Amino acid sequence: MDFKSCVNIRQEWDIVGARQLGREKAKELGFGTVDQARIATAISELARNIYLYAGTGKVRFEIVDQLDKKGLKIIAIDEGPGIRDVSQVMQDGYSTSGGLGAGLPGVKRLMDFFEIRTEWGEGTEIETIKWVR
Amino acid sequence: MPKRVDKIIMENSDVIIKHWLEIVSERRKNDYTSSISEELFQSTNREFVNVIFDSLETKGLTDELEAFSERLVNLGWPLSYLTDGLQTFRRVTIDFVLSQHDQIDTDFFSVILDRVDSWVDPIINKLVNEYSGNWEHTVSLQRVALQELSAPLIPVMRNITIMPLIGTIDTERAKLIMENLLDGVIKHNAEVVLIDITGVPVVDTMVAHHIIQAAEAVRLIGSTCILVGIRPEIAQTIVNLGIDLGKFPTKSSLRKGFETALELTGRTIHREKKKEKIVENIMASLEKE
Ligand SMILES: Nc1ncnc2c1ncn2[C@@H]1O[C@H](COP(=O)(O)OP(=O)(O)OP(=O)(O)O)[C@@H](O)[C@H]1O
Ligand SMILES: [Mg+2]
Repeated sequence: MDFKSCVNIRQEWDIVGARQLGREKAKELGFGTVDQARIATAISELARNIYLYAGTGKVRFEIVDQLDKKGLKIIAIDEGPGIRDVSQVMQDGYSTSGGLGAGLPGVKRLMDFFEIRTEWGEGTEIETIKWVR
Repeated sequence: MPKRVDKIIMENSDVIIKHWLEIVSERRKNDYTSSISEELFQSTNREFVNVIFDSLETKGLTDELEAFSERLVNLGWPLSYLTDGLQTFRRVTIDFVLSQHDQIDTDFFSVILDRVDSWVDPIINKLVNEYSGNWEHTVSLQRVALQELSAPLIPVMRNITIMPLIGTIDTERAKLIMENLLDGVIKHNAEVVLIDITGVPVVDTMVAHHIIQAAEAVRLIGSTCILVGIRPEIAQTIVNLGIDLGKFPTKSSLRKGFETALELTGRTIHREKKKEKIVENIMASLEKE
């Protein structure tokens, strides 16, 4: 894996860095403007959640190349507090920080594949894919 | 003994300088300073090494050193040119002094090291301070400049004000937007404020949340906020996120938003047939000049 596929999230401006790298990858893969915007927004949500709830973590990008389709995989990993009830945070409007609570359910709708792996007290790993149409 | 070391160094300064110049020029080949002309590079090297020797003679940091480093900072030379240069200088000098003696006991060896360190280290510290001070200064200036740019408010017409937003919105900027918006609405007595987000690259939940809060606050002080410049792809992602912007008016372009603003402030647009007349007037006034 080339090293330019990962952005460490330590401060608020790293969110912008992650977004820019993701948008670059999306452009390379041939995503259209709307999908580029969706991808950038999804990265923004995941990276900001890391920044807000875990403090630090990273966002990794992988190009998925399958026989019949190509896509961009985004993996957001942190060793923060983890999520106790996944179905709760996936509800629109649920927020522990006074936000809109639209981030995670929004990412799920923006992308084609979405999976949360989390352990209470251990951290959170969110994997999501957008396929090139 | 330290005196002896100084004496060796001073008496052989031309050999040391020659050696140093060779190494520095050699290293340049694959280096950062490639955009600088050979002539300037060589003359800077000579000046640099003279400044170093001056500071040995006077046993301290000289005005020349200060002026020299200040000039390089302003010209934008990399700090590594100076620090690498000084490290090389340290090595060349120590090598030279050692080469002048067949037998060296450890005491004398440590005297040599001490002597050279006490000479080179203050220069390095001075330069690093000079450079980082300059960077901090630049960063803080840019910060101020960025802040001034971050949430401008333009009173275009009596009771109508526009806030064009360009670039990424972070937490700090979101706060500024809110403050400037409310201050401006009161100061300009605006009935309608248009927030133009044409230049905002990504509208995520955080940005949307701040815009909603700002619009709500504007509503509470009795004015109307219209969100304009929503690009098609942004409209799509906002819908995907499930964010409801239905509580206040939104328009795709600033022009449409402005027309709405005119209506809201009791004005209508009249397209008069006086256009030709106006053009004639302009042409006439130009000819007079
Ligand atoms: N990486 C994470 N680690 C721990 N908890 C998290 C993480 N990401 C999200 N959460 C929890 O899930 C909740 C919902 O997240 P979501 O992104 O949907 O909304 P939000 O961040 O609260 O608001 P916003 O609409 O601005 O995103 C958060 O309030 C937080 O409690
Ligand atoms: Mg969130």
